Amino acid sequence: MQRFRKNWFAVLAVILVAAVGLAGCSAPAVAPAKPPAPPVNLTGAGATFPAPLYTKWFDEYNKLTGVKVNYQAIGSGGGISQITEGTVDFGASDGIMSADQISKAETKSGPILHIPMTSGAVALIYNLPNIGGQLKLTGDVLANIYLKKIVKWNDPAIAALNPGLKLPDAAIAVVYRSDGSGTTYIFTNYLSKVSPEWKDKVGNATSVKWAGDIGGEKSAGVAGQVQQNPNSIGYVELAYALQNKLAVATLQNAAGKFIEPSLAATTSAAEGVTLPDDMKVMLTNSSNPDAYPIVGFTWLLVYVNQKDQAKGEALVKTMWWAIHDGQKYTEALSYASLAPSAVVKAENAILSIKYQGQPLLSR
Amino acid sequence: MPGTPDKKSVSRPRIGDRIFSNLTLFFALLILLIIAGLLVVLNIDAWPAIQKFGISFITSISWDPVREEFGALPAVYGTLLSSLIGLVIAVPVSLGSAIFLSELSPVWVSRPVSFLIEMLAAIPSVIIGLWGLFVMVPFIRDPIEKYLGANLGFFPLFQGPPFGVGFLSAGIILAIMVIPIITAISRDVMHAVPSTQREAMLALGATHWEMITGAVLPYCRSGLVGAVILGLGRALGETMAVTMVIGNSYKLTASLFSPGATIASKVASEFSEASGDLYIGSLITLALVLFGITLLVNIIARLLVWRSVSVKGTGE
Repeated sequence: MQRFRKNWFAVLAVILVAAVGLAGCSAPAVAPAKPPAPPVNLTGAGATFPAPLYTKWFDEYNKLTGVKVNYQAIGSGGGISQITEGTVDFGASDGIMSADQISKAETKSGPILHIPMTSGAVALIYNLPNIGGQLKLTGDVLANIYLKKIVKWNDPAIAALNPGLKLPDAAIAVVYRSDGSGTTYIFTNYLSKVSPEWKDKVGNATSVKWAGDIGGEKSAGVAGQVQQNPNSIGYVELAYALQNKLAVATLQNAAGKFIEPSLAATTSAAEGVTLPDDMKVMLTNSSNPDAYPIVGFTWLLVYVNQKDQAKGEALVKTMWWAIHDGQKYTEALSYASLAPSAVVKAENAILSIKYQGQPLLSR
Repeated sequence: MPGTPDKKSVSRPRIGDRIFSNLTLFFALLILLIIAGLLVVLNIDAWPAIQKFGISFITSISWDPVREEFGALPAVYGTLLSSLIGLVIAVPVSLGSAIFLSELSPVWVSRPVSFLIEMLAAIPSVIIGLWGLFVMVPFIRDPIEKYLGANLGFFPLFQGPPFGVGFLSAGIILAIMVIPIITAISRDVMHAVPSTQREAMLALGATHWEMITGAVLPYCRSGLVGAVILGLGRALGETMAVTMVIGNSYKLTASLFSPGATIASKVASEFSEASGDLYIGSLITLALVLFGITLLVNIIARLLVWRSVSVKGTGE
């Protein structure tokens, strides 16, 4: 027993020595944080879809102002939980927070804002060699393909939309995103709007119960499966389809026009949807005749009441810059710029952000 | 000077020794603590799902995040099936090459080949997965699955459209990943067989083949079982490479061509975007199920090893 105790004493001594050593090492590292005008560092986390644009923005903004923004693309779900926990200064998401998530965040740190930064579209890609033209689809047919109710390419419903094409008598291989993603959220939101059966049987979420055949991991996985499997169809974010020059289908919008997905048609979507002040709105199935129908905003999630003045100021200024000057970087990276009506609403949201009851920014 | 330190060390261990032994004890306990902590945290987070679904979680085949209905059966099935396919391919190949490397090949062949096999074990799984997706899967789809489907399509295992991705591809990828492990360990185990055993067998007039099957393999049987189990352990938990080639469909089908999912691939695919306590809880319960399966496999393996050791003991 005695020996045992002695042994433990030795262990304790080792731990103590180690702890003192560590403390000694870390002490000088803390000290230089004191000097005047410390550079402001912001951290954010969330959606992967806008990550390339955000990285570019924060890089440019850092050159202009010295404000450093560290953005981690961990996924929209991760962004929502991190801002709820308060471990980041802002979150980012491709989907609207659920009522549950909002109430959780609000009981912790008060009201939370959805501020749109850019919008993205979901393009339909397909692999039909030698059909002699671009495929046309309607929302209803698309929903039935993804419900596996239309199982062959030469189905009368598809043939009626594409009179000039040589559609094969082959089974449709339906490819979907297997990982939870904002792209799936926007896609299933659109299908829920155009097909009551889809809404009823499957629904709208970042990950759903698929009837389709193959799940691809991320955009690259979906595109890879579509390219490898003849007679397949899949969906990826427009930026991915444009950068990789994939064949995309035109889709009939709410006004009855067949629209090819493009950045301009994506921006137009916001002009056909009534935008509420809180901007928690999906842009799918827009009534604008020029709009592509599968479009959604991607948002930053920010608390109205900021707890740190310096950080709060840097944050509102960064967002203000992003929705104005920052928009010029969108096109080169295949993102759609915000429509003027959306910019106005975003401005109002940013102006409402406060520190101890005082607005952090005024016009 | 000589003599005194010896005397001292006999009567009382040196302070350095004591510190060292306590330090190692501390590390050993730390491992136990980490495992216990892991289980506690997993159980806390999994609790909403365990409470809601109970044991039916394992038998249910639905996975519907919208309606919050979750079940593990297709993932459990996929995990076991893909690992089984992997082992069926990997065990004969690995044992064969281990026998060759340890018993038959000249040194100038076995040295570089052993080195290459160990290199294969060091390739990151994401690289193997990418190779699988872009090189292996098209090959599986076009000659292999089309041929099997056309000629053996009456058999339920080979029915359905040949997508390339699916259980078959996942099993083959797993085989590629576990072959180096099983081969390397089996070879070392066979090397450890005393050469007196071989010489005795040869002295009795046995052929080379009889020496291997009669002396070498029985002698190291428990070690070989251990090698296979280590391989199986890797196959059960392998995530990235499998996610890329299994097709990620949550269905229960008999066909080897069918896309499927494993527990690890399901968790990896959906965890980052999961929201809601029940959804996250279900994914973590899935992880607990995998924990259970791995534990079970290890226990079975231990029993097998014990049995084979005792059988050998009574046989002699």
